[in-house]
Amino acid sequence: MTWILDNLDLILQLSVEHLRQCIIAIVLGFVLSIPLGYLAWRFGLLRGWVITITGMLYTIPSLALLILLPTVFGYSALSDGNLIVALTLYAIAILVRSVVDGLDSVDTGVRGAATAMGFSGTRRFFGVEFPLAGPVILAGLRVASVSTISLATVGILVGVTNLGYLFTNGLQRRIIPEVLAGIIAVVILALLIDLLLVLAGRMLMPWTRRSRGSRTVAPAASLGAGA
Amino acid sequence: MNLLIDAWLWIIAPEQWTGNYALPTLLLQQIGFTFAAVGIATVIAVPAGWAIGHTGKGREIAVAISGAARAIPSFGLLILLVLVLGVTRRPEAALVTFVLLAIPSLLAGAYTGLQAIDRATIDAARAVGMTRWQVLWRVEVPLGLPLLVGGLRTATLQVVATVTIAAYVNLGGLGWPIIQGIPLGRFDQVLAGAVLVAALALVLDGLLALAQRAAVPRGLRAAPRSAPQADREPTFDKPRQTPDALATRSSS
Amino acid sequence: MTTTRTLRAAALAGAAALLLAGCASGNPLEEPTDGSGSGEMMSDTIVVGSQAYYSNEIIAEIYAQALENAGFDVERQFNIGQRDAYIPALESGEVTLFPEYSGNLLQYFDPETTARTADEVYAALPDALPEGLVVLDQSSATDQDSYTVTSAFADQYSLVSIADLANVTEPLTLGGPPELAERPYGPTGLADVYGIDVGFSATGDTTFEDLEAGTINLANIYTADPRIQTAGLVVLEDPEGLFLASNVVPVVNADVADEIADVINAVSAALTPEGLVALNVQSTVDEMSPADIASQWLQENGLS
Repeated sequence: MTWILDNLDLILQLSVEHLRQCIIAIVLGFVLSIPLGYLAWRFGLLRGWVITITGMLYTIPSLALLILLPTVFGYSALSDGNLIVALTLYAIAILVRSVVDGLDSVDTGVRGAATAMGFSGTRRFFGVEFPLAGPVILAGLRVASVSTISLATVGILVGVTNLGYLFTNGLQRRIIPEVLAGIIAVVILALLIDLLLVLAGRMLMPWTRRSRGSRTVAPAASLGAGA
Repeated sequence: MNLLIDAWLWIIAPEQWTGNYALPTLLLQQIGFTFAAVGIATVIAVPAGWAIGHTGKGREIAVAISGAARAIPSFGLLILLVLVLGVTRRPEAALVTFVLLAIPSLLAGAYTGLQAIDRATIDAARAVGMTRWQVLWRVEVPLGLPLLVGGLRTATLQVVATVTIAAYVNLGGLGWPIIQGIPLGRFDQVLAGAVLVAALALVLDGLLALAQRAAVPRGLRAAPRSAPQADREPTFDKPRQTPDALATRSSS
Repeated sequence: MTTTRTLRAAALAGAAALLLAGCASGNPLEEPTDGSGSGEMMSDTIVVGSQAYYSNEIIAEIYAQALENAGFDVERQFNIGQRDAYIPALESGEVTLFPEYSGNLLQYFDPETTARTADEVYAALPDALPEGLVVLDQSSATDQDSYTVTSAFADQYSLVSIADLANVTEPLTLGGPPELAERPYGPTGLADVYGIDVGFSATGDTTFEDLEAGTINLANIYTADPRIQTAGLVVLEDPEGLFLASNVVPVVNADVADEIADVINAVSAALTPEGLVALNVQSTVDEMSPADIASQWLQENGLS
């Protein structure tokens, strides 16, 4: 316990570094998965491919990806850019699926009504479809964020310093509180980001607030729509 | 492309098939840990998930616990448990880590499977005189099976990819070529390890996808509108209810 | 309606951007910067690297603080990992100074080398190193691979040197880092040089515990590990020269070698084998941070 108190500045410093690496990856992953998800959703042919490829990406162990990407593409494995690229890829693998599912969940009736009102393609996407897909996408974003923050610790095995340092260094020096501190810090960061996303969701999607408290029974219609 | 060829050559080289760290041994270790962890997690999470889905209570707690469990970095937990339990108990340490990893997806699969069932169906079952237990076992569980298997699929995928870190504490598995290949600078070896894990994961995923289709009760298969459900992973709740964030890997 | 939502979204995006910017610009002295950095380095910014080994990190921190005390700008790039990762970084200038171990370094570049004693190894290094890398004075402090057994095991079979392992009647299992299986001084070296056959178990960072627990009976332990003394382990002698002598030696990018030679050579001169073990004790037993250990050592040795 005293170790943690004595080394709070180290833990804090590593946490900031860890957060920086993860936030960049999450934001990048999110931004990139929107067009990818849209294309997959819009063009049925593409959907199968995208889902398969992102699913496959998922199965590659993170450590291997962290070594192989720089080898194949020739950039420095040491830089935290290497970790951020790998984390972004994993985030995309999760988020593309959410974007597709989210767009799927938008009622065709609503889309039809929007078209009838005169919304053209892009306006309809950003004004109607994407916001309505919001809750599902947000759910995926929350999962992607927590996963990323947890996954990033592996970076230490390829020389990228973040909270994972507390694991390897703690193991070498046999300092159990150090390893524990690392775990707790990661969990706190993940839950913090999760909370921020939930709050952001409530701010940006006020219409979801109404149904939050109630235990709504699934109506047959939405079940039938394959939601 | 060259690297891919080198990796293949590494895999088929005779050294890889003899000794302590032979590929068949590593493969068995990887599969062994995966099945054991997912099995134990199933025993823990599925009854709990069914209870939550059936009674409708405790969902918020389940979501919270799942979220927290997903936030725990497997890499760190493994190291912590090895330090605490000692080197002679490494397999137990690894097993606990992987079980914790598998629980969120299985829990979600179990209760969303039950939650997604049309209330009308359940009412009909009660109306024909079924007791609560009969409703659970003869109606809810079978109808919830596809989503449960979806959760099983996600959990298995996550665990099989994460078992690669078991090699860091000398438990073998397909992570070994990666863990040894990095300090030796042998990228053909690293790629070979990655390819083997990915291949195993795809095989398991494929088998479970078939299982998911097979899990759809005969009656539902007749109705075309249920078909999309069978392919689903239990990732999210319906949009009109509070979305539950579920599934997917936490760390490997 | 849409305007409020847009405003809200913009506010959130702005907050996120600020958060990101805040995280990115926070730059306390010890924070490792992103390694890609700039290709052209200011001539007095020294980038000190270290292996992912706590003892090596301490030495690197000592170098870093010694340089800072002498007025240099220092960036730290610690826990890089393997030679395959940091040697190219040293050559490219991404990292400019690195604490290394002479024997291991020599064997990395020249696996066939016949140099064995500390002086032979040090003399062979400049030729073996690639263009653009030089070594400064080596220290008397050593931290080299060794084959070690528990004292009980040594007593049981009267083991003094590696050759005595031939007396052992039970199967020998060697433990060490995963790559030991392929190293010239690993199982193949044992068989070739001493005629001893061993099984291998990749115990990695838990090698010491495994030796104590008995899952392995022969361990590759670094000689500066304080637990050799505290646990009464027996380091087997190496009469046939399986291991190269390995002293702590700074590897430097040739461009900055002259600038920092004085500072670093003073550090190397002051570091002794016992001193290195003491530093490791402070880290593992007293659980001090590398920064504290380094500044304390520099003060005690009159180098701050």
